[in-house]
This record gives sequence, C-alpha cells and structure tokens, in this order.
Amino acid sequence: MTTHYLILSGLLFAIGAMGVLIRRNAIVVFMCVELMLNACNLAFVTFSRQVGNLEGQIIAFFVMVVAAAEVVVGLAIIVTIFRTRRSASVDDANLLKY
Amino acid sequence: MESHIAEIAQHTGGVIGLSWLMIAFPLVGAFVLLVFGRFTNRWGHLLGVAMSLASFAVAVLAFFELVGFGEEQRRRAVHLYEFIPGMVDMGLLIDPLSISFALLITGVGSLIHIYSIGYMSHDEHRRRFFAYLNLFVAAMLLLVLADNYVGLFIGWEGVGLASYLLIGFWQFKPSAAVAAKKAFVVNRVGDFGLLVGMFLIWTTFGTLAFGELQPITSENPTTLAIGLLLLLGACGKSAQLPLQSWLLDAMEGPTPVSALIHAATMVTAGVYLVVRSGAFFFPEGSGAALAVAIVGAATLLAGAIIGCAKDDIKKGLAGSTMSQIGYMMLGAGLGPAGYAFAIGHLITHGFFKADLFLGAGSVMHGMNDEVDMRKYGGLRKLMPITFATFFIGYLAIIGFPLLSGYFTKDGIIETAVHHQPILGWLAVLGAGITGFYMSRMVFMTFFGQKRWADDAHPHESPSVMTIPLMILSLGALGLGAYLVLSNRLLLFLAPAVGRPEELPAFHFTSTPGLATLALVAVGAAFAWMRYGRAEVPSVQPRGSFLTTFARRDLYGDALNESLFMRPGQWLTRLAVYFDNRGIDGIVNGLAAGIGGSSGRLRRIQTGFARTYALSILIGAALLTGALLLVGNI
Amino acid sequence: MSPWLPILMAVPVLGAIVVALLPKGSDKLAKQVTLLVSLAVLVLTGVMAAGFKPDGDRFQFVAEYDWIPSFGVKFGVGVDGVALVLVALSVVLVPIVVLASWHDADGVKTADGTLITPKRSVKTYFSLLLVLETMMIGVFAATDIFLFYVFFEAMLIPMYFMIGSYGGAQRSYAAVKFLLYSLFGGLLMLVAVIGLYVVAGSKTFMFPELVGAIQDPAMQKWLFGGFFIAFAIKAPLWPVHTWLPDAAAQAPAGAAVLLVGVLDKVGTFGMLRFCLELFPDAAKAFTVPIVVLAVISIIYGAIVAIGQTDMKRLIAYTSISHFGFIVMGVFAMSSVAQSGAALYMVNHGFATGALFLAAGFLIARRGSPFIGDYGGVQKVAPVLAGFFLVAGLAGLSLPGLSSFVSEFMVMIGTYSSQAHGSGALTAAAVVSAVAVILAAVYILWMVQRTLNGPTAEPVKPFKDVNAREIWVLAPLVALIIGFGLFPKPLLDVINPSVQQTLTNVGVPTSTIAEKGTGQ
Repeated sequence: MTTHYLILSGLLFAIGAMGVLIRRNAIVVFMCVELMLNACNLAFVTFSRQVGNLEGQIIAFFVMVVAAAEVVVGLAIIVTIFRTRRSASVDDANLLKY
Repeated sequence: MESHIAEIAQHTGGVIGLSWLMIAFPLVGAFVLLVFGRFTNRWGHLLGVAMSLASFAVAVLAFFELVGFGEEQRRRAVHLYEFIPGMVDMGLLIDPLSISFALLITGVGSLIHIYSIGYMSHDEHRRRFFAYLNLFVAAMLLLVLADNYVGLFIGWEGVGLASYLLIGFWQFKPSAAVAAKKAFVVNRVGDFGLLVGMFLIWTTFGTLAFGELQPITSENPTTLAIGLLLLLGACGKSAQLPLQSWLLDAMEGPTPVSALIHAATMVTAGVYLVVRSGAFFFPEGSGAALAVAIVGAATLLAGAIIGCAKDDIKKGLAGSTMSQIGYMMLGAGLGPAGYAFAIGHLITHGFFKADLFLGAGSVMHGMNDEVDMRKYGGLRKLMPITFATFFIGYLAIIGFPLLSGYFTKDGIIETAVHHQPILGWLAVLGAGITGFYMSRMVFMTFFGQKRWADDAHPHESPSVMTIPLMILSLGALGLGAYLVLSNRLLLFLAPAVGRPEELPAFHFTSTPGLATLALVAVGAAFAWMRYGRAEVPSVQPRGSFLTTFARRDLYGDALNESLFMRPGQWLTRLAVYFDNRGIDGIVNGLAAGIGGSSGRLRRIQTGFARTYALSILIGAALLTGALLLVGNI
Repeated sequence: MSPWLPILMAVPVLGAIVVALLPKGSDKLAKQVTLLVSLAVLVLTGVMAAGFKPDGDRFQFVAEYDWIPSFGVKFGVGVDGVALVLVALSVVLVPIVVLASWHDADGVKTADGTLITPKRSVKTYFSLLLVLETMMIGVFAATDIFLFYVFFEAMLIPMYFMIGSYGGAQRSYAAVKFLLYSLFGGLLMLVAVIGLYVVAGSKTFMFPELVGAIQDPAMQKWLFGGFFIAFAIKAPLWPVHTWLPDAAAQAPAGAAVLLVGVLDKVGTFGMLRFCLELFPDAAKAFTVPIVVLAVISIIYGAIVAIGQTDMKRLIAYTSISHFGFIVMGVFAMSSVAQSGAALYMVNHGFATGALFLAAGFLIARRGSPFIGDYGGVQKVAPVLAGFFLVAGLAGLSLPGLSSFVSEFMVMIGTYSSQAHGSGALTAAAVVSAVAVILAAVYILWMVQRTLNGPTAEPVKPFKDVNAREIWVLAPLVALIIGFGLFPKPLLDVINPSVQQTLTNVGVPTSTIAEKGTGQ
C-alpha cells in the first residue's frame, strides 16, 4: 500500500518540478510549486501512517500553513509584477541579475 | 721586531682631564651659529675664530702638561662616558701622536679661520661658512683624540659631513653640489672598509679600544685582512688610489676649505689611521704595511702626473696634495722608522700646503676668482707678500735644501730606499716631477707676461689674509729642521707609535738625497724652459697623449663611470622595473586575476528564475545521489 | 595590577569620542583638543616610564582582566623594555604628527590652485588619529596573544580610512592594497594563534604562559610560519613589500609617519617577541633563509630607492632597506644585534618620521611629490632645507646621529654572532654593509636634486618654515642627535629584555657575552 502512495507522491512531485521548470506563466509556476508541496505532504502522511506516530502529520500541517502564507505573499508579488510589466511571464521579470 | 708602545694610563684632572673642551668649543660654536642663524650674522665669524683659538689654547696647555710626564707615561686616557654599554666607552686618548695632530688642526685651523674672515667677507653666508668650519674642527679633533675606533669613526664621518657641506658651500652651482655628493659617496666606499674592519677587530679581539689591543710582532691572516680593510678606509679619506677621484672635484669648495680640509688636515686622516693602528695591524715587514707603501708610492706618482697638466691652480695643488699624502702613506707603510717622517711630513705639509692654497686663494681674491693659471702671469710685483709666502711654500714642497719639506720628504725617501728600494726610487722620481709641476705653477702665476682679462685688477690682499700666510710660511721655513734634526719628533712620538731599532741619522749627502735634488733641479729647469722663458699660451693647447691622460685625471673618472656609475644606473633601472612590473606585477596580476574570474563567474546570475530553479533541482539531485552513494540514507 | 596601561589606552579613545562629538564647524577646536590629549598621553607615558625598573621583572605595569572567560581570553597588558620604548616612540610621534597634520584635512592645493586632495572632515581625521594611538599602545602592551591579534588587525581600520579618505590621487588603490595585504597576513596569523591555543592546550592566550609550550619541532615550524608571514608583510620584508611604497606615498605625511614609524614596527616587534620566544627551534632552523631575505631587502630596497622619482616612495624604499637591518638583527641571535634591532625600531621611527615630515612640508609648498619638480630649495628656505638634510643624514646613518648606533650594533652583532658557526651571518653583515654606500647615494642624490642647484621657478615663492613646522621638526632632530651621542638610556632599558628573549630562545651565554675568542 505504502509504495503506491509514495509512487503517487513522487509522480506529483515530478509533475510539479517539471511545471516549475517548463512553464512561463507565473500563476502556473506557482500552482506547480503548490503541487510539489502537496506531494511532500502526501509522503509525510504516508510515512506517518506507516511508522505509526503523528510527527509526519504535524509537519504536513506546518507545510500547509507555510504554503498558505506563501500564497498570500506570492500572489501579491505576481499581481504587482503584472501591474507594472503587463505580463505574468517569469522570464520577463529578469532585471535582478549579475 | 717588537714595536714597543707605551701603556695607556687613566688620567683625571688637569688640562688633559679637560681636553674634551677642545672638541666642545668648536662644537658649541657650530651649534650657536647654526641654531641662532641670522641673529649671529654680525659677529658669527668672530665667534667661530674665538672658538677655534680657544681650542688651540687648550691643545697647547695639554701639550705642555703631557710633556711634563715621563716618556713612558705620555699616553693619557680620559674617560668621558659609556657610549654603547658593554661595547664602547667613549674616551679621549691624549698621547704624543694625537696631541701633534690636535696642535696642527687647531693651529693651522685657527689661521685659516682668521684668513677666511677676509676671504669670505663678501659672501652673504659667511656665518654659515664659519659654522661648518667649526663643525669640521670639532669632528677632526674627535677623530684624532678618540681612544677607540668607534669614536674615531664618528669623527671620521663627521669630517666627511663637514667636507660635504663645505665643498657644496656654493651649492647653487650644480658642479659644487655634484662634487660634494661625489666626495661623500667615494668616502663611504672607504668607510665600508673601515666598518668591516671594525667588525673583524671586535669579533677577533672583543674590543674596539686602542688601549686594549695588543701590539703584534708577526702577521696572521686576520690582522692582514683588518689591515687591508683599514687601508681601504684610509684610501677613501686620504684620496689614495683607487679612491682618489673625489679630491680634484672637491676644489669646488671655497679656497680656505681646500686649504684646511683638503690639504692640511682631513685628507691626512688616513695616514693617522694607519699610524694609529700600526702597532696592531701593520707591523713592520707585514703584507698590510707593504700594501700601504705600494698604495702610497702609486698615488704619489699619479698625483704628481695629474699636477703637471692642470691649468686650474687649485686642481694643480690638489694633485700635489694627493701626491704628498702618497709620500706620507709610503712612510706609514715602513714601520716606526717611517712613522715619524710620515707624521713629520704631514705636519710640515700642513703648513706649506695651507700656505700654498691660501696663497692661491689670495691670488684668486685679487683676480675676480679666476683660477686658470693661463690667465695669470707676472703677478709677483702686484702681490709681493702673496708671492713671497707662496714662493717659500713652493721651495718647501719641492724640497729645497734646509726648508721644511727637504727634511721630512727626504726622510721618507731615504727610509723607503732603505726598506723598499723600488718604491723608494719611485718616490725619488716623484720628487723630480714635483719639482716640475710646482715650478710650472710658480712661473705661470707670478712670472712672465701678464695674461689676465681687462676687467681684472690684481691687488694685494688685506692683512687679515696675509698675516696667516706669513705665519704659515714661517712653519714652511723652519719646522722641518726643528722636527727632524736630532730626531726630535721621532723620539717624541716613540711612546705612541714605537721606536725603530736604530735611530735614523740625517745625511745631507746620501745618494737618494742627492739624486732627489738633482731630479728636482732638472724638473724645475724644464719648467723654466717651457713656462718661464717661453711664452705661455692663454688658451690651453691640445697637448700630447700623455698630457690629455693627466688632464683627465688618469681617466679615473672615466673608469669609475664605466665600471660603477653606468652599471649602477642600469642596475637601478632594472631593479625599479622589476619591482614595478615583476613583484608588483604579480601582486596586481593576482588581484586582476581574481577580479576577472569573479567577473566571469557572476554571468551565471542570469535573472531567469527558472534557471535558478533548475540549478536548485540539480543540486538537490546531486546531494541526494551523494548521500545514497555514501549509504547514509 | 597597575592601572597605568589601561589609562594610557583609555585617554586617547575618550579624546577621540570628544573630538568626534564636537559641534560642526569647530575644526580648530578639534585640532587643539587632539593635540592636548596626545600631549597628555605623552606626559602620562613619561611619568610611567620613569617608574620602569630595567633590572626588575620582565613585564611591568601588568594588568589583567577577564575578557572571554570560556576561551581563557584576557585583557592582559604589560610592557618589557622593548615594548616600553616602542610605546614611548608611539606617544612621542603622535603629538608631532598631530601638529604636522594641522592642515592635511583642509585639502592640498597646487600652486595654480587645483585641488589634489579635497577638503575632508577634520574631526574624523583627528579622532581616527587618537583611536590609532590607543591601538598602537595596545598592540605593544598586549601580553595576551589574542588581544595582540585584535589590536594587530584593528589598527588597520583607522589607517585604512586615513589613507583612503585623506590621501593623494591614488589613495583608494593604495588603501585597498594595504588592507588586503595586511588582512591576508593577519588571517594566517589568526590560524596560527588558534593553532597555538589548541596545540598548547593550556586554555590560555597569555604570552608568558605559552613560552615553551610547543615542543614538537614540526608544529613549531608551521605555527612559526603563520606568525612570521604576517609579520613579514607588516614589516615589510622583501618580496611582500610592494604595498608600503604605495601606501606611504599616498597617505598624508602624518599618517605615513605613523604607518612606517610605528605600525610597521609591530611586524619586527612581533618577530622579536613571538616568533623567537614561542617557537625557538623553528626560529633557529629558519635563521639563514630569513637573514638572506633580510639582506635582499637591505640591498634591494636601497637600489630601488635610488631609482625613485617620488620623494615619499623613495623614503618608503629606504625604510624597506632599514627594516631589512632590523630583521637581520632580530634573527642574528646575538644580544648586540638584537639590542641594536630594538634600538633601530625606535631610531628609525624618529629618523624616517623627520624625513617624511620634512618632505611633507616641501610637498605642501610645491604640491608635487616628484623630485624633479624641485631644485635649489636651500636658497629660498634654508632652515627647512637644513632640517631636511639632517633628517636625510639620519636616514643614511651618519655617525653621531641615532640611526648609526643601531645600524652599527646590528651589523657588528650579526658579524660576530656565533649562532650558526658557518659564515652565513658574517657574510650577511658584510653584504649589508654595502648599504652604507648605497644609502649615501639615495639620500644625497635626492638632496642634490631638491635642495641644491639653481632655484627652480616654482620653488622661488617658497616660504621658510613657520613656527608650527619648527615645533614639528625640532624635537625629532633633538632626539636624533641626543640618542646619537647618548644611546645609553634606551639601551639600558632594552638590554635586559633582549637578554630574556635570548635566554628563552636558548642561545648559549657564550654568544650573549660576545667577547672575542681570538686573543
């Protein structure tokens, strides 16, 4: 059983990672990041279930809280970028370099 | 042969106990004149003279107190203070040798001080001139009175400094500034020898005090090395080959300086050093002593040859000074028998050479500072006193019978013929050349037709200048006979420098003596033919190869230039280039390299968020892989 | 516990705070307060030094306070003879430098009115000077090696700003070069300090307790290397010297005096105290290579000095030559040479200080450091020329002036040292004596080109020294002549502590006595 959950978690993580690397739209990238976080959550809960203690589930909650906070900040940044640059492409926000 | 010198006794009290005053007086004079500057302009020269005279008075009193002691007690040490703890005690040594020098320095020095009042009366910096003269007297006295090599060395460099300042007294003339620097630097080459000699003395004997060194009877390699090193020092100070080149340029200084420093006193310091160290490092018959004699003989000929070709009266006299010091060095290389004659010649030379130089100065004073003898001629009627005193000096230096130079120079020549025949006969030859060039100088200056420029108004100098001339010429007349006959000086000096096995007796008709007289007569006659009877061209003729050789100072400067100066400049430029491009190049290159590579490295920061994400992913994958590989998961 | 040294260190830094807090526009007051504070420190040091007993304990006026107890780091201060004379050198130079730098922050103009260095904050400059004074006292007085390290590095900060903000045209290049060089050495030393702490294992950084703590010869060599490279850069020794000419040439004359006169002495002082006493076996093993480097410094510095066209760079190179002498004396392992080296540190401070300041006064008049821009100064400003000449003569170690005594002692001590049996040290002394000739060339040639000859047109309006400049130069000249004729007071203080060093190094007493063998 555990193996299936972990495979699913790994697949979700890989899909998320590829999305972050390939997609240009900031919203999509953002969603992919969320997907990776949730893949981790799934792994945490799975292991928690298997080991039989609550630590993994507690950490999953922490991750959710952090993800929620991140969404707030991240969306605010994306909106601001879109307002100033008329684009939600991450490649257009490349001024901070060298 | 054992050269016995008397033990040194500690001395307190009396005039000798106060002999430091000899140094202190002129030092205070120099200090006051330099520190209070312009305020002393009006009476500065008088203070200078007074300080020099005070010093002379102390020297005379100390001399009489010293003579009061028995012969074996005539070496008195006066302790002053601890200089370098455990190494050097500063003290003075009053013995026949040092007191002879002190009398010469303060005596002739005072006369030259007085003379300078007149000679420098038109110079706006006369006060500074007297300050430097006083400084010189103080340093020179320290040189001869110190009871250890370090004190001697302080005086040694002190006179070098005074000489530097005085040669460059008219420093606004580039030639004077260059000559001053040259004199100092060449002297420093000699000082290198003296310094290393002191290292060796200290390392070998554990002392630098004259009183604690033991006379040696036979030479060993160490004392030979010390002797040669000290000789190098002496060569620098006394303008002996191969360090002679500075003396001729030193004539850029005012004439009283040439008389005092570059004829009568400072340049004889090398002779003093050799005689003072004689018992320790230059025993009779040793290699070191032979080296001294050879250097002396070579220089006496070189100086005489240079003297033959110079038209500048001061340079002619400078060549003659070199030559005469060569005689003294030759004498100093012959052991105790030679010492007395060397010192005797040194003293008489101090008188007659100062007389000649001051006479030349008096001529220049009357001739608008013209130094070219081809522009003189027939001055004897216009400057009778100068002529008379100069002529006495001239007779003394060529060794005219019964005058000072006759006794002392003949003494050296005869001793040399006795001990080192080859060198002795070379000295005879040198005396002949002396007869030529000195006669040439006298004939060109005082005889013949007038050749001077229209705006020159030759006149006799004021009495403040002529009276010192007269006193000096008295010394040139009679001092030699007094010192040499019945071996007066030799016996007086014996406690300090040792006594020869048999006392020399003065023969008026010895072979070398007669040969010398004959050669001098030939030389003088030859000079009469060319410069007395014949017309002297007022423009320098081209001259033969030999004349050019002598005019160019035997190519000494050319040699120095091509051997040391050019390679030195080349080396300096190379070193500067190496420092800027080589060492600093590496440093700056390193900095530039780091800067450049970081500049390239920062290109990785592209600004694309997804590139960063990829690098994070790769990093995470690598890290995980590495952990799996180690097996810690 | 004696409060002397902490007080001495506190007074300047308090003065610095006062100066920094003065209201805007009170430049003159800032200068006066700085001068007063530095004079007060001088007086205090004088009173303290009068109580120093040369034959007493090695470290006197000792004070110790816990600083970082968990590592055994203490604020430990105390002076031996060598440290005392160096502290004295520092506090003598500071008021002189204050007086000499009176107008340095006001901006330097050329004759035609163009600014070379712009006007800068006067208050900052003088408070930096006072902070530097505290650190100079601290670095010589520290008996805790960690504290020494802290001062060693912290000294860089005020000096960095003094060069970087108040220097000449190339000031930022010079300041960065100076800082990076010193930091590089300092970090190596930090490694060695930590290594020393760990290997000795005695939970202390106190110098007296660490003497003899490292026995393993290999470990000694590594730690010695760490300390030595730091000190060699600081001193500076060939081939890590090239920061000095740049820093000294760009720094304002006053800062250059403190840089060359005092800061660099920390290097040679560190060699004498730390390299020799903590790692005696390594020091003996490395003697010959180090003496070779020193001799190269002596000759090389002198030759390069001859070829300089910039007065301040020339003086900096002469200092490299002189530092070679000091290093040679330190490592000659004989009491005469080491006393001479310690004395040289003091004398060099006075002599080079005077030379830098006199050159600085010339440069302030002409607005150019280049020798070729001068000529005939003697004619228009004879007193200034006289001071310049005397300082130059001290630089060429004329007998009768103070540097001669020390140079002579270093050379004769090295020559006669029997520490190495072989002729290496003897040969080194003879080769180094050649510098006597070269010194005459570089000084007198500079003198000839600046002071002598016909007066150059831009030199003609020169004014002679004013009262302030006389007060700057006269004390230095008096010290140079005074200690040239009577070096005994300094030597009496230095000798016992040098003997102690040699005993700790384990040099046999026969070498210390140094009396001859040939008689």
